[in-house]
Amino acid sequence: MSVSEADVRRIAKLARLRLSDEEVRLYGGQLSKILDAMAELGRLDAAAVPADAPAASGALREDEPRPFAGRESLLANAPERDGPYVKVPRVIE
Amino acid sequence: MTADLTALSAAGIAGAVRRGEASAEAVLDAHLTRVERLEPTLRAFLTVTRDRARAAARAVDEKRRSGGPLGPLAGVPVALKDNLQLEGVETTCASKILKGHVAAYDATAVARLKAADAVIVGKTNLDEFAMGSSTENSAFQRTANPWDPARVPGGSSGGSAAAAAARLCALSFGSDTGRSIRPPAAFCGVVGLKPTYGLVSRYGLVAFASSLDQIGPFARSVEDAALALSVVGGHDPMDSTCASAAPPPVPPIPPDLKGLRVGLPREYFISGLDPEVEKAVRGAVDVLKGLGASVREVSLPHTQYAIAVYYILAPSEASSNLARFDGIRYGFRDRSPRGLEELYERTRGAGFGPEVKRRIMLGTYALSSGYYDAYYAKARRVRALIARDFELAFRDVDLIACPTTPTPPFRFGEKTDDPVAMYLSDVFTIPSNLAGNASASLPCGLSAAGLPLGLQLVADRFGEAALFKAARAFEAARPFPALP
Repeated sequence: MSVSEADVRRIAKLARLRLSDEEVRLYGGQLSKILDAMAELGRLDAAAVPADAPAASGALREDEPRPFAGRESLLANAPERDGPYVKVPRVIE
Repeated sequence: MTADLTALSAAGIAGAVRRGEASAEAVLDAHLTRVERLEPTLRAFLTVTRDRARAAARAVDEKRRSGGPLGPLAGVPVALKDNLQLEGVETTCASKILKGHVAAYDATAVARLKAADAVIVGKTNLDEFAMGSSTENSAFQRTANPWDPARVPGGSSGGSAAAAAARLCALSFGSDTGRSIRPPAAFCGVVGLKPTYGLVSRYGLVAFASSLDQIGPFARSVEDAALALSVVGGHDPMDSTCASAAPPPVPPIPPDLKGLRVGLPREYFISGLDPEVEKAVRGAVDVLKGLGASVREVSLPHTQYAIAVYYILAPSEASSNLARFDGIRYGFRDRSPRGLEELYERTRGAGFGPEVKRRIMLGTYALSSGYYDAYYAKARRVRALIARDFELAFRDVDLIACPTTPTPPFRFGEKTDDPVAMYLSDVFTIPSNLAGNASASLPCGLSAAGLPLGLQLVADRFGEAALFKAARAFEAARPFPALP
């Protein structure tokens, strides 16, 4: 399985990762190698197996909002803020 | 009490503090003195919370003086992997992208440790976002193996394993998504437990791969590991995957293991397994036999697919979980861009290290249109087959015994250039995460070069009681080697 530079750039865009040209070459080669190591999965017929995670407890509860005591501590982690707001670059011209 | 307080077990410290034979503050001082002496070599900690620890220790001592009831970990110094939230203290996940991020709340496991009167001494080093097998992927420092500083402590919870082994704390906690507790325990010569998925709340553990992540302890004895689980385990409404089951109480040492059925998986004793590891593990199995256990071969026929399944599912989940680190709400932000898209891309490109970027790329690829069915959906199906292998095996045996790692601890740099070689070092531990069952690594001897080797015991889901019983008998019959 060969992953082209164009593939790497497309995946990086989807993943919101800015990569250098050197990283594009490095990850292209490494992803190809890793995907080769995974090719054996293709040889196994598992079409009849349900794709359920074995571990989930299935517990359900009401999703009720509750006050959180550390509101200010959460906001304090934002790199830029304005009072109770988190600042981002302008998104509407 | 004049003896070395760092030589006591966690249970021993809690007993001594409860009886007034040692103060929590004296216990803390003994450990902090050791931290000062050994940290320059080991570099196990990212943060040592000296002042908070002193305040907590004094509060425990005050509680005792005023006659209040003391918790099961009274005065026990505990270290936390730096992906567990400790309110008011930095949680970095050893990543530049979270540098400066201060936890706004305690993880459930951490809150329970505090309620049990434990004294939190600091946050330990890890592979960035718990992605790695040697702790070499930390953005900040490398942690040395206390048995040989030229070698890795294992990963990703390398700091916690090294800190427990070197007696910088009496107990420590890590997280285990595919390996991250058991191989570090094997490499550092301590007990490491990955509890059954759902037995310990993941609330406040920074998510890596949510269907696999589980918090667990490092300890220098099985009793301490069981004690640690009894404190942090049990239902938590804040984690919808947390089961209603309670953790088992600490079992006494059984006189023998008559009636216990132990399975050796044929697929785990393979070429590529280091002969010294194999010899030590087979020797350990003989000890179990000598205690009265019956031993037979079992088969886990889909073992060969486990690494491929894991390196599709875990990166896929990670690519989703780590989408939240985008420079808006936490830690680092690249301030140069003009638009929002560019801010995300530049922050993440500069904030994440190479292994994290590699896994985000891999996971994004496996989930992307056109590849989803061939990779992610297929891997989920094969995961179910791997879980089924264990279910069938546990109809015939109570425990599975096997090596924790294929090799003794390796040297720094030995595997960093080849991600596939690094990934293969987790071949024996990943299946247990995929199946969601319970597994532990126990020290089972030293190599000719004096390096610790690990025996892995795997129990069925919620089979911790059987695991602890066998492990305590094994430990009593074959005491663990102590760090020289």
